Amino acid sequence: MKKIVKLAVYITIALFAVACGNKPKSEGRDSVELTGAGATFPLPFYNVVFENFAQVNDDEVAYGGIGSGGGIRNLRDRIVDFAGSDAFLSEKEMAEMPAVVHIPTCMGAVVLAYNLPSVDNLNLAGDVVADIFAGNIKKWNDERIAALNPSVKLPETDIVPVFRSDGSGTTFVFTDYLAKVSENWKNNYGAGKSVNFPAGQAAKGNPGVAGVIAQTTNSIGYVGSEYAFAQGIPYATMQNACGEFVKPTAESISAAAMGEIPADTRTSITNSQASGAYPISTFTWIIIYKEQNYANRSKEQALCTVDLLKYILSTQAQELTSQVHYAPLPKKAVELSLKNLDAVTYDGVAIGKLSSNER
Amino acid sequence: MNDKVFKIILFAAALVIPLICGGVIYSLTIDASDAFSRFGFFEFLTSSEWDYTIDNEKYGALPFIVGTLLTTLLALLFCIPFSLPVSLFIGEYFKGRKIAELLGTVTDLLAGIPSIIYGLWGFYTLRPLIIALDISPQGSGILTASLVLAIMIVPYAASLSAEFIKMVPNEIKESAYSLGATRAEVIRDVVFPVAGSGIFSSYILAIGRALGETMTVTMLIGNTNQIPQSLTATANTMASIIANQFGEADGLRFSALIAIGLLLFLITAIINVIGKFLIKRARIM
Repeated sequence: MKKIVKLAVYITIALFAVACGNKPKSEGRDSVELTGAGATFPLPFYNVVFENFAQVNDDEVAYGGIGSGGGIRNLRDRIVDFAGSDAFLSEKEMAEMPAVVHIPTCMGAVVLAYNLPSVDNLNLAGDVVADIFAGNIKKWNDERIAALNPSVKLPETDIVPVFRSDGSGTTFVFTDYLAKVSENWKNNYGAGKSVNFPAGQAAKGNPGVAGVIAQTTNSIGYVGSEYAFAQGIPYATMQNACGEFVKPTAESISAAAMGEIPADTRTSITNSQASGAYPISTFTWIIIYKEQNYANRSKEQALCTVDLLKYILSTQAQELTSQVHYAPLPKKAVELSLKNLDAVTYDGVAIGKLSSNER
Repeated sequence: MNDKVFKIILFAAALVIPLICGGVIYSLTIDASDAFSRFGFFEFLTSSEWDYTIDNEKYGALPFIVGTLLTTLLALLFCIPFSLPVSLFIGEYFKGRKIAELLGTVTDLLAGIPSIIYGLWGFYTLRPLIIALDISPQGSGILTASLVLAIMIVPYAASLSAEFIKMVPNEIKESAYSLGATRAEVIRDVVFPVAGSGIFSSYILAIGRALGETMTVTMLIGNTNQIPQSLTATANTMASIIANQFGEADGLRFSALIAIGLLLFLITAIINVIGKFLIKRARIM
């Protein structure tokens, strides 16, 4: 008995030592643990970049894919170092919190996946999609769909719209687009992470929606591009604001951000006016507090947070985006974000630009 | 280890459970109070609006209460034709024989299958069947969810009912036979009246199981927030709306979801208390 107790004590001490072993590192700070939570949409990208980043300085970055809303809630409760969100904070949300900084990390899109065995390529336009999801266009051979697809023989069957049952950044991007292209949608349903869709059925998460579509002939639904690309689900070609028909690709998604971007990068780029842009594209953001000294966070953690974001904005990390089915940020967004990072402070002192010996 | 220490440890362990239960009720009530005070308790129960629009948020639990009660009731109806014969088979016709034991084991096995498996089966097998039979174009809905729920609660209803049917004293049955009653008459006039409240209570416990089932229902019910207008319509239950929406829920919606959780907790608790009470009464008889 005594031996076992002794052993248990040794093991505990050993574990404790491992857990607390802060080894000083080359970049002028100790290795730390960072916790973030939020959007599931960029999760595959974050998994790769966080892993790569952590290796450099032996840090640990844990990210919980609990949804954008949950991430922001956690940031407001000050229990995470950063939040991931597919939607930027509204003025009202910003007013309820201390100053925050939005850093776009990569780009993605929402694609319209469909299940029509006889149709290889489907062209759609924003107002048509809005009316399909509003329940105004009920049949696949509706003349407005037929007008966009002159060479395709469309079946005379009921359309089954599929939407997200859980609140989701994907829904926000999709409905934000619909509200821009359809007055009817804007006035009756609006844009949001959860919207009362009047027709069809709902499923949980991208896998749920994709699963229902795969299983249901004549269905159409919206799915995050990274999911559709990875799974090889058939999706529609969309008509953009310039009247071009565009397939979602890394290039056409990045093209959507070629227009004006405000200094704080809080902007919706759906229905982009840029040529060659896929119209339902979006940034996804990491949101941090501007003043990093909160909830007893150490200066090391603040420095590490800034380092992490700088790494995500680096060419090296941005090149990874298309490998995991996202699109890279345009140069302008990266420049703006680096500037925004410079304004991040710890105890009122800007830490974004500190060189390694100033730390 | 002496007796006293052992007693203290036992006592502490036993005390933890009621404490946790009380804590759950307490925290649910605290978080739900926002929604209740904003909409009023009865308005919250009877409003069918579930509107997320910012600055115009309105939440009412009626569609989900209806969805829950409807799926549970239907599941119960679908489950009776399967569970009652099984319980008679095990408890009366082949009482004590190998075949009854085998059937009993297989039925109990159904209870051990994780609900996600039932959900997958429903999604990939039953749902396409419902579309193919042209019952509904989308396949999901109240009916699909209820059918799978029915299968899930069969073991709960059947095993317990069989126990009560076994307990019917042989003397009564034999006296009925001696008066010339057929087997069907004995079951109808002796077994059912004597084991009645026990059988009833086993179905009550099965209902308790169906009420709270989340995963399977979420996968099959279609997850729309209106009061279902037909049996093939899509809907949401109290459990499935929570599972669907808590991730992104915030502020008032968060509170409304917790309030639904509290209501579900109360309904399930009441049903279980009724079931336990009836079992107790049946045992005394």
